[in-house]
Amino acid sequence: MSFLLPCPNCGPRDVNEFAYQGEVTKRPTQSPTLRELSSYLYFRENVAGVQREWWYHRLGCQAWFQAERDTRTNEVLATELTEPVSAEGAPGPEATPALGENPTL
Amino acid sequence: MKDVFRVQRMWRPRAKLRRRYDVVIVGGGAHGLATAYYLAKTHGITDVAVLEKSYIGSGAAGRNTTIIRANYRTPQGAEFYKESLRLYEGLSVELDFNLLFSQQGHLTLAHSDRGLITATERAEVNQLLGIDSRLVYPDEIAGLCPEINLSQDATWPIVGALYHPPGGIIRHDAVVWGYARGADRGGVEIHPYTEVTGIERSNGRVTGVRTNRGEVEADVVISCTAGWSTLVCDLAGVPLPITTHILQAFVTEPIKPFLDVIIVSSQMHVYISQTDRGEILIGAEIEPYTTYKGQSTFPFVEYSARHTLELFPQLEPVKVLRQWTGLCDLSPDYSPILGETEVENFHVSAGWGTYGFKAAPIVGTTLAELVATGRTPKLIAPFALERFYTDTLVSELAAAAVSH
Repeated sequence: MSFLLPCPNCGPRDVNEFAYQGEVTKRPTQSPTLRELSSYLYFRENVAGVQREWWYHRLGCQAWFQAERDTRTNEVLATELTEPVSAEGAPGPEATPALGENPTL
Repeated sequence: MKDVFRVQRMWRPRAKLRRRYDVVIVGGGAHGLATAYYLAKTHGITDVAVLEKSYIGSGAAGRNTTIIRANYRTPQGAEFYKESLRLYEGLSVELDFNLLFSQQGHLTLAHSDRGLITATERAEVNQLLGIDSRLVYPDEIAGLCPEINLSQDATWPIVGALYHPPGGIIRHDAVVWGYARGADRGGVEIHPYTEVTGIERSNGRVTGVRTNRGEVEADVVISCTAGWSTLVCDLAGVPLPITTHILQAFVTEPIKPFLDVIIVSSQMHVYISQTDRGEILIGAEIEPYTTYKGQSTFPFVEYSARHTLELFPQLEPVKVLRQWTGLCDLSPDYSPILGETEVENFHVSAGWGTYGFKAAPIVGTTLAELVATGRTPKLIAPFALERFYTDTLVSELAAAAVSH
């Protein structure tokens, strides 16, 4: 087993039940420059430490949630379901504003 | 006679880290040492220090599955790796060190029409660039690899393969040691257990590095740190579009030689070769989540063993000897990030994902040329970090995402 990830609905499960969807990123402004947009699309913090990230429980309750995980040890510090997005015309999980520390690139 | 009992060092230990070098290379793996070697040999730049935070070749250079090939999908990638393969072919002579390179042939299996289409595309690109690569069908596969399970009863029956005769395996440690010895003989200083903790800049130009053994001034700093690239480049204020994942492999106990081609199946996420010692060497794809924890996992052995047995059911009684893990630096388009950054004289070799070892000689020659001439060689121009800001990616997904 790699490590356990506590799903907010189902409790601790094998990480292979989940799909990893990357670190929580911050969307650029409404009309970004090409550089801002490219930074958002491609550049990542890739921290060695605690990272806030998206997971999807694909073999379970199929919920999207965020976790705080230490990438040096794979210790999961917290997981939580996030509030639905209210921002106008911003579908998809990436639209949620970053909750943790996430300096802009 | 005296020499028989004398310990011959491959490279000299250096007691003192000097306060200034022309070039400082961060990372004592295949890329860093190759760059140092070609700087000294081709361009006569010998005031070079290679700083490695652990022992030489402790990272990806000593953990890969030793496969060399050039059958990539994009013209930019294929041309780049073709040149690397050419350099590898002459490397034993060049370094005067037997690297045990055996070009036994490389088969990328196709299990579906989609797989055949991808293989055809790659074969066409390769043939246009003069790379020996073609499509083969089960009758020919049976001749090339009589041991493989070609029956229709498998979960994913084999319908064809991309055959790349010059592909092969090499002794990866020997590549590292050979380059280290060559660089040392050329006058380069190799400093293991020297960790870079900061990179000094002034007016957008790199001026030196801080290490756990004191500060060092340098005109040029090169990062060749694979999975740790984000952290090292962050010290210089250079963001990278990469994420760090673990890649795992394992070997079985040594058995009689029976497999003399490399078998790759991206459908089954597995690549298999038999080493000169007789071990069956099996690798897989990266773990999907980012992590810096280099610990092996059990599901990997389970899945890889299951898929290997689909291809080679006769391996069923063979025991697994050991498994290991390395860190990979994945770029969004599966092509490397090579050359200049926005900080002047700070160069980077990163974003190699699972295929950096294949490129060591060409990375060494091109980065050395960049340092010596100040101009980016044409061969690596498409792989500039800048491409992610201008959205001009080089998608190598088809040939590099999973397979080796």
